[in-house]
Amino acid sequence: MAGVTFREAARKKMLWMALAAGGAFLILFGTGLHFQAKDFAVHGMSPVLRREISFTMVTMGLYAVDLLAVLMTILTSIDTLSGEIASGTIQAIATKPVPRWQVLLGKWLGFCGMLTAYIAVMVCGVNALTYAMAGVTARHLARGLSLMWMESVVLLSVTFAFATYFSTLTTGVLTLGLHGLAFLGGWIEQFGAITQTQRAVNVGVIASVLMPSEALWRRAAFEMQSPLANALRISPFSTLSVPSKAMIFYAALYLAIALVIAMRRFSQRDL
Amino acid sequence: MEMSRSSDLAIHTRGLRKVFSGKVAVRNLTLDVPRGEVFGLLGPNGAGKSTSVKMLLGLVFPTSGEAQILGCPVGDVKTRRKVGFLPEHFRFYDWLSPTELLNVHGRLYGMSYARLHERVPVLLDLVGLTPHCDKRLRDFSKGMLQRIGLAQALLNEPDLIFLDEPTSGLDPIGRRLVRDIIKAQRDRGATVILNSHLLGEVEITCNRVAFIKDGEVVETRQLNDDLVEEQSRLSIRAGNVTAEIASGLSQWSRSVRTEGEHLMLSVSSGTMVPEVVRYLVAHGVDVYEVTLQRLSLEERFLEIVGTDGGL
Repeated sequence: MAGVTFREAARKKMLWMALAAGGAFLILFGTGLHFQAKDFAVHGMSPVLRREISFTMVTMGLYAVDLLAVLMTILTSIDTLSGEIASGTIQAIATKPVPRWQVLLGKWLGFCGMLTAYIAVMVCGVNALTYAMAGVTARHLARGLSLMWMESVVLLSVTFAFATYFSTLTTGVLTLGLHGLAFLGGWIEQFGAITQTQRAVNVGVIASVLMPSEALWRRAAFEMQSPLANALRISPFSTLSVPSKAMIFYAALYLAIALVIAMRRFSQRDL
Repeated sequence: MEMSRSSDLAIHTRGLRKVFSGKVAVRNLTLDVPRGEVFGLLGPNGAGKSTSVKMLLGLVFPTSGEAQILGCPVGDVKTRRKVGFLPEHFRFYDWLSPTELLNVHGRLYGMSYARLHERVPVLLDLVGLTPHCDKRLRDFSKGMLQRIGLAQALLNEPDLIFLDEPTSGLDPIGRRLVRDIIKAQRDRGATVILNSHLLGEVEITCNRVAFIKDGEVVETRQLNDDLVEEQSRLSIRAGNVTAEIASGLSQWSRSVRTEGEHLMLSVSSGTMVPEVVRYLVAHGVDVYEVTLQRLSLEERFLEIVGTDGGL
């Protein structure tokens, strides 16, 4: 099933389009970075400041990659289950001697593989560019990359869970809506941290409990940013209130539960 | 049939019922189909034929009742190795070629690549798609999709094959092909369950049919020629028939009607025809013409379904 999912993405040109869009993104990022690096030389900026700006550029690039990955994850996977249930395509598959949960897991693994490749290529691309042009890379690259990957996998699992209950469109609206909630909650938490309004921070935490995707990004940003930016809390990229390690465990549990719900529901529903 | 061991039966259901959010799709399906039979499910649209088949295949979960296929409870994953299914509207990933489609399905059946390498060309040839084996399914006509769906249902040489409206979208040659395939499967010893509303097709291919109305088996009927007379109509053109004489015919038939100078009797056997004629003559009736007619499947279908059916 995973293999078929891969092939589907390749045949439907989805994979190639995603790679092309990713390539275009990297070119744009590289161009911006190039001019920025040129200006460093012209203005004769202090090395510390230069380093901090370059670090911010890395985080900015990764932030965009994160956003792209979130959208790619949801958009590419919303139709795979609900669409096949609606069209009846699933009937020829679900009557084969393979338990339904394995069919679902196979599809999930297929998407998981694709988004892993996508995120790895994009994150490494951004870092390679900044390293080549400005001599910096994200601080804890592996940790950051893992957290960004996990964010997409959480969303993938939630999409699958919703798709076993609802139509394609409803699934998309629900998953994006939930991520939007987490996104907004994240910003409320940041502002709450700046103004030291504990209740606002709590609102953000509750949003993260409902959907931990955005919290994973903020933890990733914290891991990847320069220590100075983190210490001074000057970066615009969400490190004022850092999600705890417990939140990462929670997200892992959340992901597993969503996947189990998807497998159970898919095994028990009429097709 | 009731006495048969369930393992001798390809299908065994008792009181199978399915309710979709308050709406009864299948009321009470009680059915036994012995192995090796080509069995037709007949009924108007919305009678619950497809839902019944889906319950037997484990696609739809029954609200109540029990069902077994090939001696195992419905939903048993291992049993599915021996089952083939052509859904009513066969759809599959349209970016695949027919060869790839069969390979994907074969892998899902757990068949080895070596076995598939052997089997796929044979099946493509059987359904007449060898010249199109490099095309993508998206370029296929409805009839071609139906053919590849049929090939997919036969991949694993199943013991039990469900064909849901297999000839829909097929031209006469395609329909002939389906008939030949069903016959070949029967000769191989497989059980075929044919869901169709094309009575002629069922009449030609099936050993037995069940008439389904409102999600219930109204009647099952053998289609062997020896039993032609079982449901026959005796039509007698006669004069001087009084109501009293007509009612006297009820000893031979449960249903006696008078239409002008015609007497119509439903009879289960032709052996009583001489007796009926003797009775009429003895009562002073002028008998002009006696015809024993087998009720065709279509007439029986309409009789069961009624004119308001088939909506």
